[in-house]
Amino acid sequence: MYLYDDFDKTLVDERVNEFRDQVKRRLSGELTEEEFKSLRLMNGVYLQLHAYMLRIAIPYGTLSSEQMRMLAHVARRYDRNYGHFTTRQNIQFNWIKLDELPDAMADLASVKMHAMQTSGNCIRNITTDQWAGVAPDEIEDARVWGEILRQWSTLHPEFSFLPRKFKIAITAASHDRAAVKVHDIGLRLHKNGAGEAGFEVMVGGGLGRTAFIGKTIRPFLPKRDLLSYVEAILRVYNQFGRRDNIYKARIKILVHEIGAEAFGREVEAEWEKIKDGALALDPKAIAEIASRFRYPDYERLADEPAELKAGLAADARFDTWFKNSVWRHKVPGYAIVTLSLKPEGGPPGDATAEQMDAIADLADRYSANEIRVGHEQNLVLPHVRQRDLPELWRALDSIGVATPNVNLVSDIISCPGLDYCALANTRSIPVAQELTRRFRDLDLARGLGRLHINISGCINACGHHHVGHIGILGVEKNGEEYFQLTIGGRADEKAEVGALLGPAVPYDDVVDTVEDIVAAYLELRERPDELFIDTVKRIGVEPFQERVYATR
Amino acid sequence: MPLVKGGRIVEDSYQRVLDDAPVPDRIPVIVPAARLLADADDLARRGGVTGVLWPNDRRIAELAPHLHKLALVALVFPKFKDGRAYSQARQLREQYGWRGELRATGEILRDQFMFLERAGFDSFEVKKEADAEAFVEATRRFSVFYQPTGDGRATALRARLARASSATPIAREREQVR
Ligand code: SF4
Repeated sequence: MYLYDDFDKTLVDERVNEFRDQVKRRLSGELTEEEFKSLRLMNGVYLQLHAYMLRIAIPYGTLSSEQMRMLAHVARRYDRNYGHFTTRQNIQFNWIKLDELPDAMADLASVKMHAMQTSGNCIRNITTDQWAGVAPDEIEDARVWGEILRQWSTLHPEFSFLPRKFKIAITAASHDRAAVKVHDIGLRLHKNGAGEAGFEVMVGGGLGRTAFIGKTIRPFLPKRDLLSYVEAILRVYNQFGRRDNIYKARIKILVHEIGAEAFGREVEAEWEKIKDGALALDPKAIAEIASRFRYPDYERLADEPAELKAGLAADARFDTWFKNSVWRHKVPGYAIVTLSLKPEGGPPGDATAEQMDAIADLADRYSANEIRVGHEQNLVLPHVRQRDLPELWRALDSIGVATPNVNLVSDIISCPGLDYCALANTRSIPVAQELTRRFRDLDLARGLGRLHINISGCINACGHHHVGHIGILGVEKNGEEYFQLTIGGRADEKAEVGALLGPAVPYDDVVDTVEDIVAAYLELRERPDELFIDTVKRIGVEPFQERVYATR
Repeated sequence: MPLVKGGRIVEDSYQRVLDDAPVPDRIPVIVPAARLLADADDLARRGGVTGVLWPNDRRIAELAPHLHKLALVALVFPKFKDGRAYSQARQLREQYGWRGELRATGEILRDQFMFLERAGFDSFEVKKEADAEAFVEATRRFSVFYQPTGDGRATALRARLARASSATPIAREREQVR
């Protein structure tokens, strides 16, 4: 966990007071809705179809059990008893009243949570690997850098009115679980030839109306220079990013229009002027931030203890879950456990207040009070003793978060779509729900292997459909809901944008079409262990097209 | 439109001169950028001090050679949401060493005051009277700052380091417990 100190706490409280004043001025008419809009957005408040939506920051996806309980409280007290975990490691509440917002924020502030910069045209919540700090394949804990960037970007006086929103993601592992290549800035912490750790800096990735994979403008940036370099990037973007057209305002368009090289030159020129200034990070400053990340006192344990083996032998359901949802931990005898928020028929990423409370209790008992939120809209208990797994599983199963479908076809990422979102063309949650019913057979799902489906209810791509192995995008055709399908996208270290499969299909056909794509894959794969994504890569879109559209 | 300077509402001593209007002698004026670039020397020979209204889509590097002839630079926020001039302000103060008056003009609301001040502005043409009156309150709303700018306010990180090096081990312990 990261321990907030009195500085962090004071700032959050001051922000609550400022927001209370802004709401008061809006309610009294002193602020117009237009003026209030950018103020509320900067504090995570959207006006949705039915009500205000509040998005709360979960910096780099790390939550304490105390904070999780507060989220349960907010769900109960101010909302309709549930919350929705998002693809940006945040949580959203969909039914909050404007006049109660300041109180909800004050409650959150009591556990050092806030909604700062979870929306608006500013630097958003910094995201990273949900396994940071415990992943066996990382070179160090990326959250330290997430925290350094969080502090730097919070209420940044220069970058709070950017052309458009700005998202930064960091990975420090060989396997990219943070999708850094589809962010405005992607940072990959790695070691150079001399064994020194530094950042590969990528810019201009992003989804939305036009999808781009980020381009590397610096293969290796020393740690000391991270903040000055990122500040230089933002300064160039703030001045030259387009403001004439909201759809062309993201940094990816600027990078695309002037070219990554020219963009990189502007950045380097600006950076030259500031790199030795106050933003340079000395080892003491880095150590100060790092020292406030606390890790559990791990016991000295061995892998595969007897309790685990006995549990696996005794219960086939436990065995199935274990193989699907439990990962190796950095420390012997421990495990990383994923909690699926994708039950059959459920809206992806939703959790009820009761589930949140129960998960907080389980985190206290089994995971050193810590919970993580992943961008796949699942939760993680990061420090579980392997010998506790059978017991933990029973508890998780009883609250409905042990569906063994992590990374399988029914582990769907979906935006809220027309059920909540004012911008949506189509529904997306009901499509996801129907898909989880259609693919309820977990034996079949396991036979398919890793397969990510992503759904967005409009071109804004909040469901990251471009990088779904199967991407589903809602479009409007003559007032009807239609869906475009793409295949072959991926968000990891080999990030790619999916290719269009063919003409859009109507709402009633979309789930059948996905089934046909899956059937085509089963026919076309070379071996049972060739993953969907690899089959598409090997043979391209056409064979899928032929099969799927043959009867349409 | 009230002008705030030094935390108070004050009279504006400058007169705005448009593109081709004659420039009055002995009166402080603010001229548009094109005028400055065309008549910089004539303006400098005048009896009064000169300020420039510099648009937010021109590089500060273009203005730099003329800074020594000026007493004021006014930057523009055509819309509250358009934040380009924050970057220009920081470049002026922190890279070109501008010490003269730096004025924020356009759609200026109280919710920007702190950001503007931190970026280096020291005078503000405020859109609403009530906001201008609330200036001091609005700029004192925050006492913790995370990032260094040219305003010299200590960042939380530096303050922590200073505290850590002066604290006794026991005080440090206590802080952790809290
Ligand atoms: S993708 Fe579109 S419909 Fe879905 S949440 Fe984003 S804006 Fe709304």
